[in-house]
Amino acid sequence: MKRYIYINDDETSQDLYCANRLSNRKYTLMNFLPKNLWEQFSRFMNQYFLLIACLQLWSLITPVNPASTWGPLIFIFAVSATKEAWDDYNRYLSDKKANEKEVWVVKQGIKKLIQSQDIRVGNIVWLRENDEVPCDLVLIGTSDPQGVCYVETAALDGETDLKTRLIPAACMGMDFELLHKIKGVIECPGPDKDIRRFDGNLRLLPPFIDNDVCPLTIKNTILQSCYLRNTEWACGVAVYTGNETKLGMTRGIPEPKLTAVDAMIDKLTGAIFVFQIVVVIVLGTAGNVWKDTEARKQWYVLYPQEFPWYELLVIPLRFELLCSIMIPISIKVSLDLVKSLYAKFIDWDYEMIDPETDTPSHATNTAISEDLAQVEYILTDKTGTLTENRMIFRRCCIGGIFYGNETGDALKDVGLLNAITSGSPDVIRFLTVMAVCNTVIPAKSKAGAILYKAQSQDEEALVHAAAQLHMVLVNKNASILEIKFNGSVLQYEILETLEFTSDRKRMSVVVKDCHSGNISLLSKGADEAILPYAHAGQQTRTFVEAVEQYSQLGLRTLCLAWREVEEDEYQEWSLMFKEASSTLIDREWRIAEVCQRLEHDLKVLGVTAIEDRLQDGVPETIETLRKAGINFWMLTGDKQNTAIQIALSCNFISPEPKGQLLSIDGKTEDEVCRSLERVLLTMRITTSEPKDVAFVVDGWALEIALKHYRKAFTELAILSRTAICCRVTPSQKAQLVELLKSCDYRTLAIGDGGNDVRMIQKADIGVGISGREGLQAARAADYSIGKFRFLKRLILVHGRYSYNRTAFLSQYSFYKSLLICFIQIFFSFISGLSGTSLFNSVSLMAYNVFYTSIPVLVSTIDKDLSEGTVMQHPQILFYCQAGRLLNPSTFAGWFGRSLFHAIVAFVISIHVYAYEKSEMEEVSMVALSGCIWLQAFVVALETK
Amino acid sequence: MEVEGGNTSANDAVARKISIQSRRAKVFYQFTQQNLPACKPVLTPSWIVTTFLLMGVIFIPIGLVTLRTSHSVIEIVERYDTECIPEKFRGNKVSYIKDSTILKNCSLYLKVPKHMKAPIYIYYQLDNYYQNHRRYVKSRNDQQLLHGLKSNDTSSCQPEDSSNGLPSVPCGLIAWSLFNDTFKFIRESSELVVNRKNIAWKSDRNHKFGKQVYPFNFQNGTFIGGGSLDPSVPLSDQEDLIVWMRTAALPSFRKMYGRIEEDLDADDVIAVHLMNNYNTYSFGGKKKLVLSTSSWLGGKNDFLGVAYVFVGSSSIIISLVFMLLHVKNPRPYGETAYLSWNR
Repeated sequence: MKRYIYINDDETSQDLYCANRLSNRKYTLMNFLPKNLWEQFSRFMNQYFLLIACLQLWSLITPVNPASTWGPLIFIFAVSATKEAWDDYNRYLSDKKANEKEVWVVKQGIKKLIQSQDIRVGNIVWLRENDEVPCDLVLIGTSDPQGVCYVETAALDGETDLKTRLIPAACMGMDFELLHKIKGVIECPGPDKDIRRFDGNLRLLPPFIDNDVCPLTIKNTILQSCYLRNTEWACGVAVYTGNETKLGMTRGIPEPKLTAVDAMIDKLTGAIFVFQIVVVIVLGTAGNVWKDTEARKQWYVLYPQEFPWYELLVIPLRFELLCSIMIPISIKVSLDLVKSLYAKFIDWDYEMIDPETDTPSHATNTAISEDLAQVEYILTDKTGTLTENRMIFRRCCIGGIFYGNETGDALKDVGLLNAITSGSPDVIRFLTVMAVCNTVIPAKSKAGAILYKAQSQDEEALVHAAAQLHMVLVNKNASILEIKFNGSVLQYEILETLEFTSDRKRMSVVVKDCHSGNISLLSKGADEAILPYAHAGQQTRTFVEAVEQYSQLGLRTLCLAWREVEEDEYQEWSLMFKEASSTLIDREWRIAEVCQRLEHDLKVLGVTAIEDRLQDGVPETIETLRKAGINFWMLTGDKQNTAIQIALSCNFISPEPKGQLLSIDGKTEDEVCRSLERVLLTMRITTSEPKDVAFVVDGWALEIALKHYRKAFTELAILSRTAICCRVTPSQKAQLVELLKSCDYRTLAIGDGGNDVRMIQKADIGVGISGREGLQAARAADYSIGKFRFLKRLILVHGRYSYNRTAFLSQYSFYKSLLICFIQIFFSFISGLSGTSLFNSVSLMAYNVFYTSIPVLVSTIDKDLSEGTVMQHPQILFYCQAGRLLNPSTFAGWFGRSLFHAIVAFVISIHVYAYEKSEMEEVSMVALSGCIWLQAFVVALETK
Repeated sequence: MEVEGGNTSANDAVARKISIQSRRAKVFYQFTQQNLPACKPVLTPSWIVTTFLLMGVIFIPIGLVTLRTSHSVIEIVERYDTECIPEKFRGNKVSYIKDSTILKNCSLYLKVPKHMKAPIYIYYQLDNYYQNHRRYVKSRNDQQLLHGLKSNDTSSCQPEDSSNGLPSVPCGLIAWSLFNDTFKFIRESSELVVNRKNIAWKSDRNHKFGKQVYPFNFQNGTFIGGGSLDPSVPLSDQEDLIVWMRTAALPSFRKMYGRIEEDLDADDVIAVHLMNNYNTYSFGGKKKLVLSTSSWLGGKNDFLGVAYVFVGSSSIIISLVFMLLHVKNPRPYGETAYLSWNR
């Protein structure tokens, strides 16, 4: 569905699109009660409890006072309703604050100050420096003469650097007054949630300038919740408003994750329910038979001769009510309560505070702590997760000469410095590419020093290195770029930027030397994205060797290249590029295709090598967790050699001969198939040997394997404890998570960057590292931690304790309910199967609410083994992984225990109190205190 | 000096306050870090063996003492429901018991086996009588028992809430089916005094049954259940009723009838003259008369002693078994080689 937006024309868009009124509220005052109740009652457990509570209103069958069920039921409902209402009220308040913010808006040519909620599609919104953007805008004017403005997008994608935004070509140079009266049509797709894409067209209407279609991209927009920085003012046309903005569309409550423990509890509840039905049917039938044969003879009971039609149902229903306590009404509430406490323990943990940034760990999702202990696969990102993501330029290879060695960086290499001073053209070119071919924005701090703001750590490292080698990027002003080299200032005009995408794996800029007027293409990118496009005469062998050598050292490599472009060629290509950039369909793909046409016959200048250090404690953490039976997969966008080196250095895989690395590669289906089968065969043979076998696969082969040989690959995934997937895209990461989940494995995905978000959201547990690539991953994740090494503590300590405690608490809840229920059942055998309740309402309530709920809370701070022991013997986690503490057989144990305890308590309380002399209230009290003592004993025994 | 002293005490108070605060902060810190002090008893084999042994050593003597006490209680149980029906009515007991024109007196002779020390408690015992039946248990109104006619909601008493259109006091099936056999005890032609006061719980008499509440319109219906009550005696003094209204937990139960407050010697023969009014024949229930002395543990009850001895001896056996196992397969404490993944 396309949108046509008429700029500055209120009438046409008035009713078509919603106003800029944010609403994140789930309820309104009117529909809160019915909607909330409906939501709560859509859960089976609640329906069951409601049915029981309703049945209890029928005094003929109720064994106890209905208040004993209605009270807790209403309490539980009130608690969850209050929680919802409170959350909703807070959302309402924040909405209101955003909605009532005042902004300058041009309506029908007049600039007015209105509330943000009255902005309509097509209005022109004016923003001043440091203003928050109220809705999605297409930029049409800024204070900058070049039509550039800077925005901070941290709230949107978590990236803290400044991004440049451009006004579309058609609006370039329009003056202040004209902007008030501008008219035009913007054609753009309907609202979506892709914050990296906006494929639109702008056509200004006469009398305004030409009638040309001007393409719009995401670079021409400023999105809701961003902040305008370093720019005096900017204005734009509202294209998406209210809940239809990019941010509004990405919002939404994620699906609640269900833990394995929850699923098991649900299953067990179902089993108990079936058991209860069986008991009810058996006892009900027996009760009816007894009534007809025996009770009619007991004159003092005075059974009426005539009875209504429902008489046969009365006794079974009475038993249903007696047995209804088998399913503890409080289990959900108390589990929610203790789970949020576990989450708090994670937040509070001093040992998981990042010492560098002082960020504590945080559990966003409070409901899945116990799943941490059942993780079987950890899928980890490399850069920023295992490594520090602090890039340092270490070595380079320019024109076949290697600079930098074990003793020192390239930056201090005398040879390189000499080459620079002597003005070797290759070296100068090399440095120019380093300084120019990037998206880094230099900003002057108050002290006069230049700060670089970069999206990519690699680029920042390169620019810094270039600066230290006397090629200083000084200023970037719209399309003019200034470089200071040995005291002289060089100016370049950036004609076109061919952006980096994960498919192209390279970026290029087309620049014009302002001095000489020569146009050249500067490229940098991964070796396989650059070297194949080298011009025919060039020998690339040395570069391949350099790349090989550097990646053996675990360094990240980039190849730099350039070529001169003729004016004609550029003009011709420029038209195609423009056309491709203004297409609405498949724009990314078309641009890539067009870029390809320019990026050929490159002269390869050299290779840079950047070091990314491992984080502290990574090898130990991986080793410990692997001992705990957790399988590790590394998914990285980096190249194979680098990935393998990092993997070796952090204990991911063992070196030969203990370990063996099998690789799956190939470019065509057949090749991939063959190598997959070969690897699979080796895997099958070696599973019995105590050998660490891992496989390596690259993105290309993975794509084919997932598409055509899914079955074989799945088998491989099951067999292999370790895998390295390199060159994978974000969606492939998510696909791999999906694959493992489909084999019923519990997966944990850990990452730090925006490219990990999808895998983090897909996995059973998503862990984000609040690292240097912004907070995007941490925000999407269930848990955010400061450093990779905290994962060990998160899983072994918090996960394990949570699992143990939840397993105990849930089974104990059933145990104590069953205990009292069995006594009721036994008593019904000696009370003529008439459904008499041995206990009165008050004692039942006290038992459930007071005696059994409070003492057991001790278990939430119970530790079966000390943290040190668990860390020393991570193998103990096997128990949790296999779910040995909560499964049908342990539950059967608890069931048997409650049966046994009920028999003991019942027999003793009947007999000890001199058999015939016992009277009901005495027996009930003795039995009740028996139950209380027994369950207290159980709690004391089970907690350590 | 005064001032200084005041100062120091104020300082002390501040210091104490700070120390309390810091202690609180410390406890909170320990709580948040899950580091609260804890004791972790390790269940080593020797610990377990000792515990079980100790349990056995303590339980067996207790059990033996209890058993002995229970055996010292002398109990005479005499079933009389069949014997008290004249021969000619034995074929149709129900019609005999329901026939209100016949005077149903009957005599029993009890021989005292051993010397019985006063007080001797008299119980009647009914078998196969479901006082715990749901219909029966629910059919009472505690408000009415305390406040009489002032509480007029007697729906819980159904089906015996009223007769002839007027509410009955006390209402309900329990009161309506009041036990009404009576007993007289004669030893060597002199009647033994039976004390029938204080047989019900004091709290029941004082707080549950009204002192101003008199039976009204009771047993006036077409279908008469059990005994009737003297309308001039308030409910709080109708102790037979109070005893009866405490429903029994089991279908076979004893209820107190009274006390004989003099010793009975061995081989005394006691003649019991009883009125056999209560109908247990229609459902085959037994009626028994019980005379029993008491001990510090109450009446005759072997169960407790047997249970103690049983638990005590089984824990000794368990401890011996564990000890043998431990001696045969000793296992050093904290040996990591036994961990499942190291084997």
